[in-house]
Amino acid sequence: MYISLRSTPDNMRPQGPGTGAKVSSVVITLGIVSMLTDISSESVSAILPLYITGVIGLSTIAYGFLDGIYQGISAFVRIAAGWASDRGGQPKWVAFFGYGLSALARVGLLFASGFAALTAVITVDRLGKGIRTAPRDALISASSDAGNFGRSFGTHRMLDTVGAALGPLLAFVILFLIPDGYSTVFVVSLAFALLGVALLGIVVPNIRPAERPAETQPAAPRFRWKQLTDPRLRRLLVAAGLLGLFTIGDGFIYLLLQTRGAFATQWFPLLYVGTNLTFLALAIPFGRLADRVGRARIFVVGHLALLAAYVVAALPVNGAPLTIVCLLLLGVFYAATDGILAALASQFTPPEARATGIAAAQTVVALSRLVASPTFGLLWFLYGSQAAVVGVAVALAIVIPVVALLLRGPARVRADA
Amino acid sequence: MTRRSRWWLLSAIAALVMTAATVYGVGEWRRYQSLQAAPSSVDVATGPSLSGPRVIFRNTAVGDDYGRVAAVPLDDPGAPRAVSDLECDRVDATSERTVCLRTVRGVITTFEATVYRADGTQESSWPLPGIPSRTRLSESSRLVATTAFVTGHSYVAVGFSTETVVTDTVAGTSANIEEFEFKVDGRRVTSPDRNMWGVTFAADDNTFFATAASGGRNWLVEGDLAARTLVAIKEGAECPSLSPDENRIAYKKDLGSGADVRWAIAVFDLATGVEIVLPGEQSIDDQVEWLDDRTVLYGLPRIDAVGDNDIWAAAADGTSDPAIFIEHAMSPAVVSG
Repeated sequence: MYISLRSTPDNMRPQGPGTGAKVSSVVITLGIVSMLTDISSESVSAILPLYITGVIGLSTIAYGFLDGIYQGISAFVRIAAGWASDRGGQPKWVAFFGYGLSALARVGLLFASGFAALTAVITVDRLGKGIRTAPRDALISASSDAGNFGRSFGTHRMLDTVGAALGPLLAFVILFLIPDGYSTVFVVSLAFALLGVALLGIVVPNIRPAERPAETQPAAPRFRWKQLTDPRLRRLLVAAGLLGLFTIGDGFIYLLLQTRGAFATQWFPLLYVGTNLTFLALAIPFGRLADRVGRARIFVVGHLALLAAYVVAALPVNGAPLTIVCLLLLGVFYAATDGILAALASQFTPPEARATGIAAAQTVVALSRLVASPTFGLLWFLYGSQAAVVGVAVALAIVIPVVALLLRGPARVRADA
Repeated sequence: MTRRSRWWLLSAIAALVMTAATVYGVGEWRRYQSLQAAPSSVDVATGPSLSGPRVIFRNTAVGDDYGRVAAVPLDDPGAPRAVSDLECDRVDATSERTVCLRTVRGVITTFEATVYRADGTQESSWPLPGIPSRTRLSESSRLVATTAFVTGHSYVAVGFSTETVVTDTVAGTSANIEEFEFKVDGRRVTSPDRNMWGVTFAADDNTFFATAASGGRNWLVEGDLAARTLVAIKEGAECPSLSPDENRIAYKKDLGSGADVRWAIAVFDLATGVEIVLPGEQSIDDQVEWLDDRTVLYGLPRIDAVGDNDIWAAAADGTSDPAIFIEHAMSPAVVSG
């Protein structure tokens, strides 16, 4: 793994086209910022249910409401933040604002007692997440070559997921040592959030895409909406939206596994760890592979892994091996799609509109999944969990070839580049 | 800023932040250690464990007995408590069995339900999918109900969910009551967001009551274990508890508005349909336990201390104000024999 904090902003200028051998230290720094922030947020997320039900004594219904907030908010501020980042040419400071907001929410957590306060704090945290994502991804692509977008985003997502895996572990270690130590978890979480914000603010340069030496053509100086009319971007948005409609939440898969055997029930709180470990192990290899064989192709392969995960989850067989295979497949899905989507969106968007382009792709995915989950829930109840998963698997099996056709053009264009 | 000064600034911030967090953490650890070393803050009885009519509960008095199952005589709840070695988040007991839901803390935190015999030996144990919420034993000790939150992590993007399972310890079977047919006003409710929690058993070991929720509404439902059905009998009633004479049901009723939840305990007469809301200011989030046909017990968090509770007693007809029944205690279970 290539991590070096010694590299400085001054020599962080991306190498000329064609090199693409190394990942820019800006990308690695941004990855570490995300790692610190994820340690911060995931350590709290992991223990929040215990804290809410056990300490604050909030009800079951209130908890459901909080969880809903967790999911919905960030999709909507994303586009706005992407636009603001492109328009003002300050991606770093828009991202900084987002990270800062989430850190501020951690301060609030120390004083929040009761439902209303906790709701406000979580809302602020998720707003911050929605704001920071697109400008940060724009910074990643601005400091990478078009030839190694996949690898750069893979590296970033790997570090990010390391944080997501370490956070809950850290939180449970603290609660193991200090069983009533929720406030300690919050303080440690705040410390990691502040570290992340400081690292971003002090070390990461504000790379303005328009100032970069143009690679292919002189870039237009200002953002305009019509810069997002590349047919390849439009096809990507349609493809991502279509696939998103048949991407049911991991939670459903975990629930399905859980209803089928004691192994999954016992490890239920940890199933996501298995997925995360696979994700972080494969993020870089898949990114590199995507740079070589075509990102659209890997994006499609990732959804084939998702399809396989559905099939495994639907098999009427119990046992630990199948549960583990299912988690591995979900990890492959994330490794092959999460960073790759941002890489694809970067590829199809001119530098000065990149944050908006990336935000558009991520919003399409988030919104289509917001539709997918309740719809799937309905099928789940009407026809039973097994039949519902089989149904979604069949639908996905039909959509994947369609998407492959839709994205075929861009893949070829990439090969020409 | 020069490159060097940037790194100095970053190092200084990192050192400051990490030192502050470590100092805080070590302080908290020492506070916890001294609490653990300290003797229990309430009087604890020594000698053989209690038998005869008693109230079993989770001891929440600060000290080394925190979280353990304790008992006091039914006719003298203020007496020193006899503390057992059993650690539970929720507990219910009869003279024959004790059911205990607990969080198994560790780097890997898991949850389990365990049934113990009267002599304290373990009879059976099974994993729970999340944080323990409610548990009940039927009067004959044959049926065990457990409710757990299906949580684990925010990655579980299906929203709030509970799992409520009824286990028949004689037949060796268990049923997730979410799979039962659920009817409101004669119509089947088939919405995917249905959730069931808080079971209370009748003496026939087949009839039970529980809460069923869907679409932001919730109902008191009457269940039939053999027929696998749930029928709504009243809206806006959670965590029911059937009185020993089986004529009334006590439950949580939300008197707040909108997202502002304030639960009071209400007692519903099954024959007349009359509902009495018991007096009290603080919101109550517990499944009531009947002390006898006239009095209900429930746990309330202490406002002055996080993680500490008291068990309160209230007249079931609402004629008198509730009063503290056992200090530093929660999850009461009345054992009559």
